[in-house]
Amino acid sequence: MNVLRWTVIGLSGLALAACGGGKGAFSGSGNTIAGAGANVATAVVSAGPGGDINTLFTSVKICAPGSTTNCQTIDNIEIDTGSSGLRILASALTANLPIQTDSSSNSIAECAQFAGGTYSWGPIALADLTISGESAANLPVQVIGDASFATVPADCAGTGTPEDTVAAFGANGILGIGTTAADCGSACAESAANGFYYTCSTATDCTAAAIETSAQVQNPVTYFATDNNGVIIELPSVAAGGAVSVTGALVFGIDTASNNSQSATAKVLDVATTTGFLTVALGGMDYAESFLDTGSNGYYFNDSSNAALVQCTDQNAAGFYCPTSTLNFSATVCANNVDGNCTGVNQSLVTFSIGNADTLFAGNASYTALPTLGGTFSNATSVDLGLPFFFGRNVYEVFEGHSTAAGTGPYVAF
Amino acid sequence: MFKHRAGVSHRTTLAVALAASAASALFASAAAHAALGAPYASIAADQAQLRASIKVTALAGYTVHALTLPSGTVVREYVAANGLVFAVAWNGPSQPNFNTVLGSYFADLKSAASTERGGRNRLDLERADLVIQSGGHMRAFFGRAYLVGAVPGGVSPDALR
Repeated sequence: MNVLRWTVIGLSGLALAACGGGKGAFSGSGNTIAGAGANVATAVVSAGPGGDINTLFTSVKICAPGSTTNCQTIDNIEIDTGSSGLRILASALTANLPIQTDSSSNSIAECAQFAGGTYSWGPIALADLTISGESAANLPVQVIGDASFATVPADCAGTGTPEDTVAAFGANGILGIGTTAADCGSACAESAANGFYYTCSTATDCTAAAIETSAQVQNPVTYFATDNNGVIIELPSVAAGGAVSVTGALVFGIDTASNNSQSATAKVLDVATTTGFLTVALGGMDYAESFLDTGSNGYYFNDSSNAALVQCTDQNAAGFYCPTSTLNFSATVCANNVDGNCTGVNQSLVTFSIGNADTLFAGNASYTALPTLGGTFSNATSVDLGLPFFFGRNVYEVFEGHSTAAGTGPYVAF
Repeated sequence: MFKHRAGVSHRTTLAVALAASAASALFASAAAHAALGAPYASIAADQAQLRASIKVTALAGYTVHALTLPSGTVVREYVAANGLVFAVAWNGPSQPNFNTVLGSYFADLKSAASTERGGRNRLDLERADLVIQSGGHMRAFFGRAYLVGAVPGGVSPDALR
């Protein structure tokens, strides 16, 4: 568990020599990746239980609050910077966790919604969480697909397709480490009809309810005693054609230990507090609702200035791009501002490539990391820099209400 | 095993019916609370169902009915001169009840969401007759759905958001 194994297949010239990034640190082809440490969890791109692509996993240990025996280690937990909070599929859960209740002793339940038109319904439980050497006590987490909460409220079922099994979810759970502490925040504290939270007089009789922010599902890292101001996602670069798996690190804290200093060249890019959005300039357009997201499995964007960026025509790759040859893009990632443009704010230039999704999918069937996978995006104001963006670079993410030597969160840097 | 997107059949009959402006029978068959593809009157039902406040803006060739939900999410329903809701767009901290705002097309969203390989954070269904797109992340969702054949002439899909 504490020994990082480098399993990047298809990456030529991977250097395993230690370099100057700190004790036990290793270098991929460019970025330095932390070795084992109390604040380092192994992060792996693999197929997981759902046979997915470009999905990042880790493992966690949970216990009933205060218990040292009612515990379990769960692997295949997806790492998601696009949400906050730990959610575990009930079928993967053997530890017996207490359900969180409100002041009237009603159980609290949640309809966690995801942007792809899916939802996950289930009660909020309390758990002690351990990841590597870090721990969060009495943490509100969601249990998805709990059989005793089988009646899904109509307003929840109306948000899409249920993902309440390991196979449908593609993971045993999800570790949301977005820039916010609570998963919903004030929107769910101020209105009963918030779409997310419910209280249940019985497990099958749940009513929409306002839930105070502190009782909502929480980003676990903000509960850590130390190394709690942010995270670093450190993944090696991957050969353009793909890799069977990729192993890197999820590092807790920034500028809090010898192995998590923010690079001097990584510019602080402020994101909007509530939405996490920043601006990406690409192809002559400013996309003001853009974001970095390990939970998205490709680069999702539109670029009408590039006629060669064409969609795939077969159903298997619907919505993905299938250019006849790999296309190179440059974009400027800019701090959020009120005008939604790149004027007068910190910015970082990035380049990336989009390959032919048909070719990528038809290639080595065992590849789970496809660094040039991209597709269309719904919104003419957004660029979604998904997991491929994280290959070959260390991405710093600082939470709301926290700061580092470089700046005050919420921000991202790379 | 990768998740494969299931084949979808194009609803050319709907597009043809709309193009021929012979949609009155379709209107009548749409559920009272079904917005997309339903007549203008369905918006009032949506408003009640969603407990929303409403603001109407008239534009060239169509009107936009913006429903602000208690959650803070805004649903914009686009109504053509013929009274048909031809598009719905949304953004905000939670998803709207798609069963209410998409009506019969909710089934198409669910089907695409369970079969597309784009993962749980993005949906892009583009058919000859129907487009449903959804993106963002928790606390900040956005998306739109429109009936391709019912978009008034001269209205760009880029305006539907």
